[in-house]
Amino acid sequence: MSSAAKAKNKPQAGTYNGADAVVDALRAQGVELIFGMVGGQIMPVYDALHRHHCFGHVLVGHEQGAAHMAEGYARATGKPGVIMTTSGPGATNLVTGLADAFMDSTPVVAITGQVASTLLGNDAFQEADMRGITMPITKHNYQVQNADDLPEIFAEAFYVALSGRPGPVLIDLPRDVAVSPCQPRQATPMPPTGYKPPFKPHPLQVERALSLMAQAQRPVIIAGGGVIHAGAHESLRKLAELTGFPVSTTLMGLGGLPADHPLSLGMPGMHGTGYANLAIYNADLLLVVGCRLDDRVTGNVAKFSPGSKVIHVDVDASEIGKNLECQVPIVGDAGQALAQLLAGAQAWPERPDTTAWRKQIDQWKKKYPMVYPKSDDVIAPQWAIQEVGKLLAPEDIVVTGVGQHQMFVAQYYPFRRPRTMISSGGLGTMGFGLPAAIGAQMGAPERQVVCFDGDGSFLMNIQELATAVRYRVPLVAVVLNNAWLGMVAQWQRMFYDRRMSQSETAAPPYDKVAQAFGALGKRVERPEEFVPAMQWALREAKAQKLPVVLDVMIEREAKVLPMVPPGGANAEFIPCQSGDCQ
Amino acid sequence: MSEEYCPISVLVRNEPGVLARVAGLFARRGFNINSLAVGETEDPQVSRITVVVKGDPHTVDQAVKQLRRLVSVIKVRDQSTMPRVERGLALIKVRATPAQRGEIMQLAGVFRANVDHVDGHCMVIEVSGNRNKIEAMIDMLKPYGIMELARTGQIVLARVRSIHQGMEGAGSAYVPDPDEDPQATYNVYQQS
Ligand SMILES: Cc1ncc(C[n+]2csc(CCOP(=O)(O)OP(=O)(O)O)c2C)c(N)n1
Repeated sequence: MSSAAKAKNKPQAGTYNGADAVVDALRAQGVELIFGMVGGQIMPVYDALHRHHCFGHVLVGHEQGAAHMAEGYARATGKPGVIMTTSGPGATNLVTGLADAFMDSTPVVAITGQVASTLLGNDAFQEADMRGITMPITKHNYQVQNADDLPEIFAEAFYVALSGRPGPVLIDLPRDVAVSPCQPRQATPMPPTGYKPPFKPHPLQVERALSLMAQAQRPVIIAGGGVIHAGAHESLRKLAELTGFPVSTTLMGLGGLPADHPLSLGMPGMHGTGYANLAIYNADLLLVVGCRLDDRVTGNVAKFSPGSKVIHVDVDASEIGKNLECQVPIVGDAGQALAQLLAGAQAWPERPDTTAWRKQIDQWKKKYPMVYPKSDDVIAPQWAIQEVGKLLAPEDIVVTGVGQHQMFVAQYYPFRRPRTMISSGGLGTMGFGLPAAIGAQMGAPERQVVCFDGDGSFLMNIQELATAVRYRVPLVAVVLNNAWLGMVAQWQRMFYDRRMSQSETAAPPYDKVAQAFGALGKRVERPEEFVPAMQWALREAKAQKLPVVLDVMIEREAKVLPMVPPGGANAEFIPCQSGDCQ
Repeated sequence: MSEEYCPISVLVRNEPGVLARVAGLFARRGFNINSLAVGETEDPQVSRITVVVKGDPHTVDQAVKQLRRLVSVIKVRDQSTMPRVERGLALIKVRATPAQRGEIMQLAGVFRANVDHVDGHCMVIEVSGNRNKIEAMIDMLKPYGIMELARTGQIVLARVRSIHQGMEGAGSAYVPDPDEDPQATYNVYQQS
């Protein structure tokens, strides 16, 4: 290499360059933790991190893990999760995590290294077109062309990730930009042209909503993740209590209203409670807040809530009317909208009388209770989840993988606070659980994090056990091991004549795997062992500051019920059965 | 619901990849793009993309809202509901024997089209106008035998006020600006 080329490639000590500007920009955003993996094209930035030694950085086992950790961190704290990876494979490994964050509106900022601008488009070593690849799965993305632009780009990226409907943002940083000299400076605050996330609900629409609400006889509130993002849970509870409107919380909205609240209907949709689905079907008014009404929630849309008027509150105008026709659209922040609806309802001369409606719902609750077959010989996953619910504090955090266990958690774990339920809802990403739990535990060290996972999902990012051990993350992972890809197996049993195509797993003994990684592990086979094992796990995780894995053998053919057959109407669900073990 | 051709004006930040972003959004969501035209505006930082989509009002409304979601997008306006000037250009190479030339030139005259090239067996006609006019010209020339055809996307400007500058201009009271008031965009599907 010529000495000139060498000089160009090597960050000169003492010269402020793009990488320093990145570090300063992150510092300006108050970033405390970065999840990432180093590599050739991002090394200048890692070098700057080292020189400035100002951040926590978590070195992950796989970049997908970094992305889910950032998501878990963001979901637990409400702060943006930050990811840093190298170009090419490091960056492409983020794709699943970014898509996941996009679907669940999670604020994440990813910084990816890139080959030098002069090589762009040449298929250079470890080049990948990250802007092109992530365009459909990020809220916005950037490729930095000039080190002088870094302060503004970072300020804008964080603003975009967090504001309006939150989402992932990617900043692709060519290596030459990272090493080129520039001036240290603060970003001049500049709201991005044209990007004006709506915030304030329109007063006229709020008034219209209130007049519909005042006339409602069979109202239901459906609360989604937007309520959690907006920190609107208190307004939601007050509004429900004032009006007597029952509330169904979606998977992303769980914890928005305490599960044991008398007005709580549980989750709607495919695996929702029978009474939530019946209430929605028979409702004359739906107040949908911060929820995009995806097909897992609505089932057959035509038969979702055929007789109701719909008020739909969302910061993202394009969600309103997308899946369900709506009479009163309210574009704006869920917190502001709920506060205004609450204030309006407080001024009502008289409140709608919903006693008859609630009586009806109580009858449905009695007729279609959430029950499952119990046994003294095998562990019912639902039971194990309920028992953990008794051991944890209301503010402790529960993270899940994807599969039956995820739905069992959504149905049976008593979520009482917002930001205590972290799960991959929109994308349904197996392998989400363990890394997301690590991120959540790092973001909220004062709260206990428990990850419920399936034996299939857990394997998908099991390498992050090494990360959890290295950083002494005291989370407890409860692997509900049915030796099946359970959710798939359930569908095969129910809809494919028991043709069990490729759904049996051959998972390693996770307790031993955990021990080999340096974590603690225990295998649990019998119901009477479970609670003591869980108590041990919670105690030892704290005491030894290490992750603990419980490999819990569960009833192999447990079914997630109720269930709406795919494409069916929600009100025609298959109810829970208490004696259907086989 | 009836399917209509709807021109949508999209003002975007003039930055690399912005066309891919807008076009990609349409592709992903399965909206059928009928034509697409891009160019700088009076402000070099801002480009105008004119997309013509064919769809029922609900589809078009969704397209508009999805576009508005993109961070690079400054303004979006469904132009189909307002008085507008609309132009596209087509170059049509048509078979023409010397005997047919006069006839074809007459046709071109009716459409105020230009003849850009003539030789022993063909002519190239240039016609500009709204899509109906261009289609009509093409239809008229079909019987002679169209050898090649190149069309640009349609470009559109509303006759009143600038959607770029916001509230200035005599027509500012003409319609509520959906970008200032997101609620104003909801009338499309509510009528159903
Ligand atoms: C990355 C990924 N691959 C495949 C799937 C499809 N899938 C959904 S649930 C499931 C089975 C999950 O099995 P397990 O993790 O053991 O959990 P269980 O259902 O047994 O609780 C599969 C394969 C998915 N959601 N994500």
